[in-house]
Amino acid sequence: MKYSSQMVAKPYFIFALVLLAGEVLFGLILGTQYVAGDFLFPEIPFNVARMVHTNLLIVLILFGFMGATYYLVPEESERELWSPWLAKITFWVFAFAGVATILGYLLVPYATLTEITYNNILPTMGREFLEQPTITKIGIVIVALAFILNIGMTVLKGRKTVITVVLLTGLLGLAVFFLFAFYVPDNLVLDKFFWWYVVHLWVEGVWELILGAILAFVLIKVTGVDREHIDKWLYLIIAMTLISGIVGTGHHFFYIGTPGYWLWIGSIASAVEPLPFFLMILYAFAMEKQRRIDHDNKIALTWAKGTAIIAFLGAGVLGFLHTLAPVNYFTHGTQLTAAHGHLSFFGAYIMILFTIISYAMPIMRGRLHGNGVKAQAVERRSFWMMVIGMLGISLALVIAGTMQVFIQRVGVDALGFMETQAEIVPVYVVRLGFGLLTLLGLLTYFYSFFVKEEGVK
Amino acid sequence: MSERITKNMARNIYFGGGVFAILVFAGLTMDTVGQVPKLSKSENITESVAHGKHLWEKNNCVGCHTIMGEGAYYAPELANVFERRGGGNEESFKAYMKSWMASQPMDVPNRRKMPQFNLSDKEVDDISNFLIWTSKIDDNEWPPNIEG
Repeated sequence: MKYSSQMVAKPYFIFALVLLAGEVLFGLILGTQYVAGDFLFPEIPFNVARMVHTNLLIVLILFGFMGATYYLVPEESERELWSPWLAKITFWVFAFAGVATILGYLLVPYATLTEITYNNILPTMGREFLEQPTITKIGIVIVALAFILNIGMTVLKGRKTVITVVLLTGLLGLAVFFLFAFYVPDNLVLDKFFWWYVVHLWVEGVWELILGAILAFVLIKVTGVDREHIDKWLYLIIAMTLISGIVGTGHHFFYIGTPGYWLWIGSIASAVEPLPFFLMILYAFAMEKQRRIDHDNKIALTWAKGTAIIAFLGAGVLGFLHTLAPVNYFTHGTQLTAAHGHLSFFGAYIMILFTIISYAMPIMRGRLHGNGVKAQAVERRSFWMMVIGMLGISLALVIAGTMQVFIQRVGVDALGFMETQAEIVPVYVVRLGFGLLTLLGLLTYFYSFFVKEEGVK
Repeated sequence: MSERITKNMARNIYFGGGVFAILVFAGLTMDTVGQVPKLSKSENITESVAHGKHLWEKNNCVGCHTIMGEGAYYAPELANVFERRGGGNEESFKAYMKSWMASQPMDVPNRRKMPQFNLSDKEVDDISNFLIWTSKIDDNEWPPNIEG
């Protein structure tokens, strides 16, 4: 570690991992409720567990992004962080707001939560993924501003690299598009339309810039490939991301009351969306092949390659599977969407966090060449358990979604929703099994932190 | 492939392409915002419909149900529930909704459970009006059949 202020990243990473454990745990509760509808009712109804599951995911990714940024920006800028103190304060503010919000979901009925947080003054609650009380949303904006100020000042005063500029652009976009979370018109169609400005333009837009920047940083560090070369790839990948991803928002505007031209525009633009992810695979493997150093931290590179592959499968392949309007007509709002969501979030955003954590954590713990051989072997096992677990979950959901289409939406004697779901229960059991494997993988990953061994010399 | 492209070219593709995409998307957004009132028959958004939408949000209905295909996939689609459960008749749909909401949670072992939300008759009517309005949005003939 070159700059002492990089250390502020550590609590961010640890907290992100703790939240990830909670996220997976609530995923298992949801998976169980798909099999046994009574499970934990009325203590934790499905909608509450789902809010906790998805909100933990979002918050943990934000913590991970912040940790990654605090770690890599001083090193890229070749100077200490503008204000390590501010980074520590925002950690506690954000952690407190996050925990309080999750407890709010769990402890009182949602309608009560809207009342005690004065949602009626500026109603923003009760929309998918944006369920946070308005006051939490305001808190997120304040934390984001403090964070961007801190990072922006560091970048401006230091060496500017392609990685930091792309990262900062992504973070600014993240903050700007979040502002649409405060716009809730009475017209459901407009509400949905601009809701996607947050959701889609985050995950299929600006977050990919952040992902690209983190991946580029780790690849430079573990392969030693010339920065100029990495930069060129980074530009090409994020160019494809923005060109396809921004207009590709249109694949959400097929059947929500928006004009018919989106059927064409959304289909064509989003058909290109797998391309940047495919480029990312070529890039990760090409950089490995052209590497100039043999870094002892092998597992970080494994995570980097895994990120590229699983993100391509989840976001690229599973996304493309149902992104064309005539196909989406039948698959819209089925478990196929859930399949795509699970694998793309895991592949793109959880795995990139594992990548940077795998690279940075050992250094912050004084192991400059990565963890020892034994710890890396444990981590490698956890890698495969989680990857196979998530692939299994997603494949099961693809099957569930396909069954749903053919039982409920095609043919003359279509069954109703609840009857269809009853038919799919065996598949949900399989999904739950792979969920358990994923949890086991995560626990193995945690264990790898405690494997005793001297760092590799 | 990448050998023929210089870093400057890549950067120009990024900035040029990014700005182009943003402009196209902004233009289409403006057109869409202009067309939505007609497609959604926004003149029919009464105070009751707006309040129904607010109640829909306040009780996190989208945490289990989908509406026009968006939401959670744990409970039935509700954008066309007016046709499916009310047969397109407002009076019978409102009566159905009141008895349905009152009978939750149903005491059927192992069945997915809908919580009791303790809404007044007026509030249930508002939600019904919101769902009736929603069912009339021009959403390119989605869903494929009445089952949603």
